[in-house]
Amino acid sequence: MQDKKRTWGKFILEVIFLVALFTLVQYLITVGILNRYYQINLTLMGINIILAVSLNLINGFTGQLSLGHAGFMAIGAFASVIMTTLLDYPFIIGIIIAMLAAALAGFIIGVPTLRLKGDYLAIATLGFGEIIRVVLQNIDYTGGPAGISGIAKMTTWPVLFIAVVVTIVVIVNMINSSYGRAIISVREDEVAAEVMGINTTKYKVLAFVVGAAFAGLAGALYAHYFYIVKPETFNFLKSFDILVMVVLGGLGSTTGAVIAAIFITVLNAFLQEYAAVRMIIYALILIIVMIYRPQGLLGNKELSRKSFNRIWGGKHVSSTNK
Amino acid sequence: MLEFIQQLINGLSLGAIYALIALGYTMVYGIILLINFAHGDIMMVGAYVGFFSISLLGSNIIVAMVFAMVTCALLGVVIEKVAYRPLRNSTRIAALITAIGMSLFLEYVTLYFLTAQQRVYPASAFPLHKYEIAGLVISNKDIFIIVSAVIMMIILQYIIKRTKTGKAMRAVSLDKEAAVLMGISVDRIVSITFAIGSALAAAAGVMIGLYYNAINPLMGIIPGLKAFVAAVLGGIGLIPGAMVGGFLMGILETLVSGYWSSMYRDAVAFGVLILILLIKPTGLFGKNTGEKV
Amino acid sequence: MLDKKWAKKGALLVLVVFMLSVVVGCGGGQTSDKESKGDGAETIKVGINCELSGPVASYGDNSRNGALIAIDEINKAGGVLGKQLEPLVRDCQSKTDEAMNVSAALADEGMVAQIGPLTSGTVEGSTSVMMENQIPLIAPAATANKVTVDEKTGKVRDYIFRVCYRDSDQGVRMADFALNTLKVKKAAIFGSTSDDYAKGLAKYFKEEFEAKGGTIVAEEGFMNLDKEFRGTLTKIRGKNPEFIYVPGYYTEVSVLIKQARELGITVPIGGGDGWDSPDMVKVAGAEALNDTYFTNHYSVEDPNPAIQSFVKAYEAKHKKAPDSFAALGYDAVKLLADAITRAGSADPVKIKEALEQTKDFAGITGTMSIDEQHNPIKNIVIIEYKDGKLVSR
Repeated sequence: MQDKKRTWGKFILEVIFLVALFTLVQYLITVGILNRYYQINLTLMGINIILAVSLNLINGFTGQLSLGHAGFMAIGAFASVIMTTLLDYPFIIGIIIAMLAAALAGFIIGVPTLRLKGDYLAIATLGFGEIIRVVLQNIDYTGGPAGISGIAKMTTWPVLFIAVVVTIVVIVNMINSSYGRAIISVREDEVAAEVMGINTTKYKVLAFVVGAAFAGLAGALYAHYFYIVKPETFNFLKSFDILVMVVLGGLGSTTGAVIAAIFITVLNAFLQEYAAVRMIIYALILIIVMIYRPQGLLGNKELSRKSFNRIWGGKHVSSTNK
Repeated sequence: MLEFIQQLINGLSLGAIYALIALGYTMVYGIILLINFAHGDIMMVGAYVGFFSISLLGSNIIVAMVFAMVTCALLGVVIEKVAYRPLRNSTRIAALITAIGMSLFLEYVTLYFLTAQQRVYPASAFPLHKYEIAGLVISNKDIFIIVSAVIMMIILQYIIKRTKTGKAMRAVSLDKEAAVLMGISVDRIVSITFAIGSALAAAAGVMIGLYYNAINPLMGIIPGLKAFVAAVLGGIGLIPGAMVGGFLMGILETLVSGYWSSMYRDAVAFGVLILILLIKPTGLFGKNTGEKV
Repeated sequence: MLDKKWAKKGALLVLVVFMLSVVVGCGGGQTSDKESKGDGAETIKVGINCELSGPVASYGDNSRNGALIAIDEINKAGGVLGKQLEPLVRDCQSKTDEAMNVSAALADEGMVAQIGPLTSGTVEGSTSVMMENQIPLIAPAATANKVTVDEKTGKVRDYIFRVCYRDSDQGVRMADFALNTLKVKKAAIFGSTSDDYAKGLAKYFKEEFEAKGGTIVAEEGFMNLDKEFRGTLTKIRGKNPEFIYVPGYYTEVSVLIKQARELGITVPIGGGDGWDSPDMVKVAGAEALNDTYFTNHYSVEDPNPAIQSFVKAYEAKHKKAPDSFAALGYDAVKLLADAITRAGSADPVKIKEALEQTKDFAGITGTMSIDEQHNPIKNIVIIEYKDGKLVSR
């Protein structure tokens, strides 16, 4: 591993890339080449990236199958809308509260359930996600099943871009830190990790809380673009949507999650006329990827991961996907 | 008091449906430790097969049910061969994700070909008779469904405890490698398990069709999840546990709607699941075996 | 050194994919010349943005079917202003965000007006895009009062119209009917709580019923896709109401009524236009439906030739009788064609102006005029089930 030194040159290069990307898209929006339709899909893309990357931290890197991600997104969406639309606070407060509320929910749910293993955990998180939805449907303050409408559009391209970059930077750096190694060790062999003195519960909960917080962020961004939030939007099928991206991209590959999120968003846009077919394709993705490449299409990918870490100035993570 | 007893009767017949679905869930889980997420959707397919055989072929209810059971048994075997068998030695999470995929696949293929429209079982397929006893109302459908659930459970229990195949099933569930060494074909046993489990789901599907009259492509999701909760409640892998769990779930849900609010019914069902998983993951009737590492 | 190379390649890959998808990828509709919109185009493009998958797919499916029959009829008769109507059918998957996405795509493809979506939530999702693009939206069945009017500012949403009544109209009508015609004083409400529609009906029914001296003895709710109501029905039975108001859709209500009668609840039951479907009789049975009433736009058994020809065309194509969604989808298209004809132009802004001036448009769901809040003023009929037949009251 010769690449531990993170040079300023590389860092500056990254910043230039990002600034160029940001400026280019902003320019295209300003001159009107990217009309509303493209902007909607760009927004969905950004939100899906945040969701996929954050769920990947839980499902991919920590190896804990969570099927309740939409629930955290719901909490973020409603928390932020309560702050902005009902109580007239600025959007940034809404975002912060959304992340805190989702993180808190992640903590409350994570502490008891993360003792469970594998598929039991999956079902328990699915149950919690549904409970969140049902409870939201029964709160009159947030409009019950009809939800809240009339939400101002505040998720602009700059906000979205910063949110996506922050999400990826935070999660990638987390994975490359000592926390990250502990988290991955939980996935690789929980018993061995425990024997090595790692408090596995602590790290599982940590990953769960961070993942939930970013799902909350995604929820806040979602709510402030699409005008209306309804609890029904965040049912377990939404969690499955996110799972499809993570599985496709590779369980434990952030690059993969990003690319899969983009791919799925584009696929969805292309299949607008044939939404039933879209779901059949999702189903086939899940089945075929699991049978032929249980790590996800791009998931073998020391390669992509290695290079990706390098770009972000991270350290090389040597882990073999199980 | 009368109202309470009526609620118990309502709960029993709802519970019988959960129990029928839960039986299949629990069998499959008992043998290969897979949460067959698609189980509820196999039930949906069964309901459709039953519907078409009654409405297109004009068959009577017994024929329709047999027809649905046979078709779904085959479907279950095929699903297992194609989707689950390649994953038998991979992680349980991979298998669960595949099962979720299979569930979506069945739902949306049905939706694609048969549209989202609900289909209506002809009322003549099973004429309704009501009995009123001391102010309590019970119908022949309630009795039919409860009795069938109990009979199916007894037959299953007999197969598993008394026949050679059942013995092989138990052996596979206990220790796959050892079972192979004893000359048991694991593949065959798993196929049989899926066939039986799916046939039971199909029976439940036809009964739901008869009971509620309307069926649609997404009808399997919620009962499937509830039945899973029932199976966990009773102790997953245990036939009588699934039965009791199903009845308990049915009664619990009816009481929640009757004495609190039907809108919290689903939340309560999942709450029960989480509580059971946290407090006694082996279920009400399961033995505590400790975690295997 | 090799590693560095990979680093760059990885970076490039991500960026290229991102950019490509942003700039090139996102779109179905690339035919997006603005000029193809309106008068210059060969055909008049009508967006049909419906729920074709997801939990309320059956509503969208039926409404789409009704709309397409109307378009077929119009085109066979020579189109509008000498041009054929070209339906652009899209699926919003019963999701509010997809409704917006679909509307944006359709606007991009040059539609002059949009039919759908069906529920109030999805219409609201679509609203901002329609307003920005200044393209009228005709909602077949979005009944929430706030759909056409911004609740906060009280301003009418210029480009949003509907052909159904608002929740308040139906709820009030049934309350009056129950009090005055059925002469009941104690009612229970057991409605769907999954959508604004049924909740709205319940709310206005309750207000009117209590204001006119009745009492509500029980208020309960169920969720869409529920099939098991006996727990709550048994509870309601214990409260001895003289009338039960069940706002919701036939998919649940039919099972609910059947279970109510099985439990020996014999009091009259009432509901709204969501009941309107041949499946009601098939599921609940003719006997159980006796003494039930619902507010509706029309009756499929109405001898009016326009209605009968629609019902026949629908039955021929879809092998079943149309429900209210189908009829409203049909009327939405007919109203649009009428507005285009009156405007003498397929320009969206002119269509909107013509829609606002609609007077006595003869739809199959009633003769309607559009009021200043973009709601149709039309007659509400009360229909009674009598041995499985629909009888207008």
